[in-house]
Amino acid sequence: MLKKIRIGSGAGYSGDRIDPAVELARCARLDYLVFECLAERTLALAQQSRDAGRNDGYDPLLIERMTAVLPECHRQGIKIISNMGAANPLAAAHKTAELARSMGLRNMKIAAVLGDDVLSWVRSSAKEHVIHDGRTVGSVMDRVISANAYLGAAPLVEALADGADVVITGRVADPSLFVAPMMHEFCWSANNWSEMGQATVIGHLLECAGQLTGGYFADPGYKDVPNLAHLGFPYAEVSADGSAVFSKVDGSGGLLNRETCIEQLLYEIQDPCSYLTPDVIADFSRVTIEEMGENSIAVCGGGGRERPPTLKVTIAFRDGFIGEGQISYGGLGALDRARLAISVLEERLQNHNLDETRFDLIGVNSIHGEQLSAAAPEPYEVRVRAVGRAQSRAVASIVAREVESLYTNGPAGGGGVTTSTRETVNLATTLIPSNCVRASVQYEVS
Amino acid sequence: MQLRELAHSRTGDKGNLITISVIAYRPESFPLLVRELTVDRVTEHFRGLVDRPVELYVLPGLSALTFVLHRPLNQGVTRSLALDAHGKCLGSAILSIELAEPVDADVRPVAGADRSRAYSEI
Repeated sequence: MLKKIRIGSGAGYSGDRIDPAVELARCARLDYLVFECLAERTLALAQQSRDAGRNDGYDPLLIERMTAVLPECHRQGIKIISNMGAANPLAAAHKTAELARSMGLRNMKIAAVLGDDVLSWVRSSAKEHVIHDGRTVGSVMDRVISANAYLGAAPLVEALADGADVVITGRVADPSLFVAPMMHEFCWSANNWSEMGQATVIGHLLECAGQLTGGYFADPGYKDVPNLAHLGFPYAEVSADGSAVFSKVDGSGGLLNRETCIEQLLYEIQDPCSYLTPDVIADFSRVTIEEMGENSIAVCGGGGRERPPTLKVTIAFRDGFIGEGQISYGGLGALDRARLAISVLEERLQNHNLDETRFDLIGVNSIHGEQLSAAAPEPYEVRVRAVGRAQSRAVASIVAREVESLYTNGPAGGGGVTTSTRETVNLATTLIPSNCVRASVQYEVS
Repeated sequence: MQLRELAHSRTGDKGNLITISVIAYRPESFPLLVRELTVDRVTEHFRGLVDRPVELYVLPGLSALTFVLHRPLNQGVTRSLALDAHGKCLGSAILSIELAEPVDADVRPVAGADRSRAYSEI
């Protein structure tokens, strides 16, 4: 019989719910539990926290998640893989080892994958690179917070081969977190492009956790999801030939069928024939999805071509401030009063050196814009939202103050003001030759 | 008939791109979606939200189309002043596209809760 492994998806973003991961660890007979916790901007925010001395730069929920799953994973020998290392994988590994010791879980080998931080390369070699808005990297260099390359599965495979029980990384391509255990268990060659492609399809389907099993799906009357409140997260049983059957724990909420799978397969994919990762250029176009039974889906047919010679780099930099205020109007004439509030705000804000302003009517046009909402009926209540960008916090905060002052200086019956002023962290993308990135692995033992 | 009756959708974002899938509930209605949801039609639907034509990818094996919307320059997800800076709500907007062609009964899914059951029996 072909060897099979089970990989569970315990988180789809840094703030994800923890209970479904515990349920998977307890009930799904897993071999691996993977936590994907690092959205594009999450790492920059972690780096800012580290720079400000607020914490060590790893995921704020690291300890809570590990506390919830470590004992069960230790008991069953389930290996944990996660990018919760964020801006400091080494500290995260150290902290995890410390936690394991304090829980009486001895001799756990915790790996930290390093090398994604390419800030020094960006400083020395990427000044001329042009970012999406036409500026050069050099022109924003003094405000750069972090620069990280997307590593592939290779250093994680190395850690697993060295016997790691827990592998903690910083920036790694999301699917690669799942590709690594397949390569390790099935001894797949990193240059077998069809295997890498199919493994990437499996990883892509799992990386957003509950989004495969009925999260982000329900549309009452059209797409109903049973027991969404107790949404279960998915796991895949992968065979050595790369075929995979996806399931969730019996009795958990949610829905896993052809429709949820296709939605997630195409989620965040630009060209389905050429999905670039550090491991492979994956081809999703010939994937087949077969319903095997209730909440059981077989997926095969992922293909691939030789990996790109470069790695994607995300550069995060501070880029001005955004000030915002909101105020609500309800009942008769609410929309007219809200529109009057906006015209008053436009006039009061026009001489304040704001780079850009935007005014929305929440409940009317804030999400889909003017054209799509033009024919909609007038709502009973509406919320005015004013937002502006400026180079300084002081100027941005004027937007918030002007919205608040609508209480006594604006139309009748405004209420429920909220305001905020925040620094913008902007992201730019560039490419680094793969041979300029040196990944490495360090270990802690509990 | 609105697209919502024949297809479902999910929106994703990657950098300064917004991806919107349109997936036929029934493979039989997929050719109709291909005929109706042209680049011009979808670009016009999102006028004011995009400043160049959408990209279209056709996936017959999955009875699905994907559209890629490019944000206007300087409206990247991290700088945008929009409430839904990621554009995550836009998939719901595409489902309101009115289909011009008459729709045969055999490509219409059954209504409401029976829809997914009927589909899974195919």
